[in-house]
Amino acid sequence: MRLIVPLQGVVQGRGGLILGSLIPCALFYFLQFYLKRHRSPPSNPPSQSPSAANLSELPRSSSRANLLARGSTGRASLSARATSIAKPNDSPYYIGLDRVREDPYDEIDNPDGIIQLGLSENRLSLDLIEDWVSQNLTDSKLGVGSQALGLSGIATYQPMDGLMEFKVAMADFMTEVMGRTVSFDPSRVVLTSGATPALEILSFCLADQGNAFLVPAPYYPGFDRDIRWRTGVELIPVHCRSCDNFTLSITALEQTFNQAKKRGHKVRGILISNPSNPVGNLLNRDTLYDLLDFARERNIHIISDEIFAGSTYGNEEFVSMSEIVDSEDADKDRVHIIYGLSKDLSIPGFRVGVIYSYNENVLAASRKLTRFSSVSSLTQQILVSMLSDKRFIQEYMKTNRQRIRTMCDLFVAGLRELGVECTKSSGGLYCWVDMSRLISPYNEKGELDLWDKLLNIGKINVTPGSACHCIEPGWFRFCFTTLNEKEIPVVMERIQKAVESCKPSV
Amino acid sequence: MEFESGNSQLLSKIATSDQHGENSPYFDGWKAYDNDPFHPTQNPRGVIQMGLAENQLSLDLIEEWIKKNPRASICNGEGLHAFKNIVLFQDYHGLPQFRNGVAKFMAKARGGRVSFDPDRIVMAGGATGANEMLMFCLADPGDGFLVPSPYYPAFNRDLRWRTGVQLLPVMCQSSNNFQITKQALEEAYQNAQKANIKVKGVILANPSNPLGTTLDRTTLRSLVTFINDKQIHLVCDEIYAATVFGGPSFISISEIIEEMESINRDLIHIVYSLSKDMGLPGLRVGIMYSYNNTVVNCGRKMSSFGLVSSQTQHLLASMLSDQEFTDKFVLENCTRLANRHEMFTQGLEEMGIRCLKSNAGLFCWMDLRHLLKEPTFESEMSLWRVIISDVKLNVSPGSSFHCCEPGWFRVCFANMDDETVKVALGRIRMFVGQRKDVEVQVKKSWHRNLRLSFSSLIYDETMASSPRIMSPHSPLVRATT
Repeated sequence: MRLIVPLQGVVQGRGGLILGSLIPCALFYFLQFYLKRHRSPPSNPPSQSPSAANLSELPRSSSRANLLARGSTGRASLSARATSIAKPNDSPYYIGLDRVREDPYDEIDNPDGIIQLGLSENRLSLDLIEDWVSQNLTDSKLGVGSQALGLSGIATYQPMDGLMEFKVAMADFMTEVMGRTVSFDPSRVVLTSGATPALEILSFCLADQGNAFLVPAPYYPGFDRDIRWRTGVELIPVHCRSCDNFTLSITALEQTFNQAKKRGHKVRGILISNPSNPVGNLLNRDTLYDLLDFARERNIHIISDEIFAGSTYGNEEFVSMSEIVDSEDADKDRVHIIYGLSKDLSIPGFRVGVIYSYNENVLAASRKLTRFSSVSSLTQQILVSMLSDKRFIQEYMKTNRQRIRTMCDLFVAGLRELGVECTKSSGGLYCWVDMSRLISPYNEKGELDLWDKLLNIGKINVTPGSACHCIEPGWFRFCFTTLNEKEIPVVMERIQKAVESCKPSV
Repeated sequence: MEFESGNSQLLSKIATSDQHGENSPYFDGWKAYDNDPFHPTQNPRGVIQMGLAENQLSLDLIEEWIKKNPRASICNGEGLHAFKNIVLFQDYHGLPQFRNGVAKFMAKARGGRVSFDPDRIVMAGGATGANEMLMFCLADPGDGFLVPSPYYPAFNRDLRWRTGVQLLPVMCQSSNNFQITKQALEEAYQNAQKANIKVKGVILANPSNPLGTTLDRTTLRSLVTFINDKQIHLVCDEIYAATVFGGPSFISISEIIEEMESINRDLIHIVYSLSKDMGLPGLRVGIMYSYNNTVVNCGRKMSSFGLVSSQTQHLLASMLSDQEFTDKFVLENCTRLANRHEMFTQGLEEMGIRCLKSNAGLFCWMDLRHLLKEPTFESEMSLWRVIISDVKLNVSPGSSFHCCEPGWFRVCFANMDDETVKVALGRIRMFVGQRKDVEVQVKKSWHRNLRLSFSSLIYDETMASSPRIMSPHSPLVRATT
């Protein structure tokens, strides 16, 4: 109908030559487009191997018809998952990490390299660890005996979810780290090779493919990988705002839950990180109680990622979800805690993660799944010694907290001198910086422009808020525990340089 | 609301399914061992563990090396800088020295006939993790992989549980020593097609578990031709590569593809580990080696779920680069395995028990068909129960390996000392003496009857309860009809 009317107009002189020529052109192009799309795919013969003749005696199956058309070298078909995962990283979080790997800053060897502020790694207290190791781990004891190498021999079969001594040591460590307000039970500890698989395993246990978790945003970019890649579980962000200091509001949680339900998503749980990453907030007791109520009313799980529990430095008290659950007798079955040694003990390379659950069924299933992600037995042997040295652990935790505090203060002060503010953080290894006045336009593109300048002109890698699914543009996560004090002025200079290059030319 | 009753509904299907396989009767043997473990002095009448394929014969060599190289364990004494680099290292590319060491060792296990590119080495949480990771990379839920039977029971769990992939057994018969034939492969492939299952590839272990045999050149070549023709993947789990203690020598898939032309290398993948060859299962060193760049890329990113501890990487980088040590280790390890194998199979032969002629692995495939009352799997199960409870040996029945013929048992011999082996042989001798009266006529066509009489004592209850359509000729499907 719509075509006919203008054509009529052309024929009758209305609309003029323009329409008269435009429409046939348009039709012509559409015809070409249609033909192009529906052209039959080129036929390619499947590759012939020299011994193909030997197969001639076998009946040819009709399966050949099912083969996708391919070139003679063929593109082997992979899983749908693999094809998308193998694509080059497109998140600034990962791109930045890759760039630092290629061109890492070194004060002496590579002073023009990129300074890493995009990885929440704690380098402030490694000297303490190294000292302990050289004093306590005498060579003759290590790696000796069948248990250290993971053999069972005459003894019991090696448990994939960790040696009992290590579980005991870990439970004690968690008790210490979380302020001794609650006592962790070794029989609820499931050890995994890092918090990354711990989270994945827990997701496999609590949700089916296509289900969803609610997660307060901004959140750690790695969640998108850990939870979504292989489990097929969706993450639905619950947006937090600067006016609330990016703390989670139960109202927002409710709204998001209801919206999700309307859209047909089946929400199986809430994933919180406490202390939060990237903001560095602590969830207070009231919020935690409210969360538990919320979860109970909707019969969903709570996963509390408390991996930064020992890296708190503010005046606020850290409250673990386990403390809340301890005081309520019911509803323990829906609470699960993720922990690990990568942040608080600064040993991410050793790959130690923990699933701590109050739910027997979850524990049973998780234990079986640890066969895909177990902790090296030699590593366990070393760490049992270290974690059992209570005096060392207490000293370490205290000194470490002080150092993080000092570094944070220096860093925040440095930023303030540049006219840049952060949210007040009480935990974590980073600060959440407001650069919204420095971006133009005030949207994700503006933010990524600034990120790009910081990376390429300033030569510092930071994490932009959009990579963390922050709804307000212009926020950046700067990790400061990868630095030493001397490097802070260097970083500030570089930020200045990058920001200056952003200023629109007058 | 009443919470306790709704408890298990809160869990996912994966968590509540039986796909982990640990509820099967097969694990009764393990439980028997756990309740009454053998000890030479404290419990000489206990159950001897012969169901665990662990290599403990050369543990002393490893321990000796570690003692001599203390810095390798935690790199202390090398200074704070080096220490920091190791404890912080969580790059999924893996330590370059570690990958180099592994590549060198893999080449050594193949007699130096082929070399490996360290950049294709991807870490995983043990071979278990590597196998699962490959499935995640190569197949979508519902897709199928052909696997020659008898095969390692845990494949059912490792390859299927979280991935949703189906395993389609390729039947191998004792009549030709369980070799994989083109016909069997084709048959399995056709059956899958008929059942509308998309076959993505073939997965097998070479050297074989439980057979302990290595594939010969002809079989390997015809396998490669088969998958290349159909453009499907070939995954070779070569975890026992350096346990080849006798002739014929090991031929790796990596050698075969160098010899053949017009093979699409994107289809070839190798799984490796140090758990068997070096006897280090606790270190959780799984390696995925693929000739397909996309798979390497994807796998590397997925390795975040099963990275090898940097402490362990550092130790192994040192150990595996010590050529003198690895040369000596491989040689000594094979000699000890050969001796143990000889001792065990000789002892069995003296009692009239034959084993499949094998040249690799930590076990042998024992033929007890003549001790079965009837050539059925029920008989095999009752014989097995007797072996567990009366003879007090935890051996593994062939049916748990999805063997299509009853009467075969896998017996592991490398996880104990010589004395214990003698005790085990002694017990078998006594048992055989008592059963000498049992005469069984092995019917030639019994394997067909077997499929029909295979009772509900399946080790893989999941296959029966799975909604997926199985290959109609699978004995497991027959069992439920």
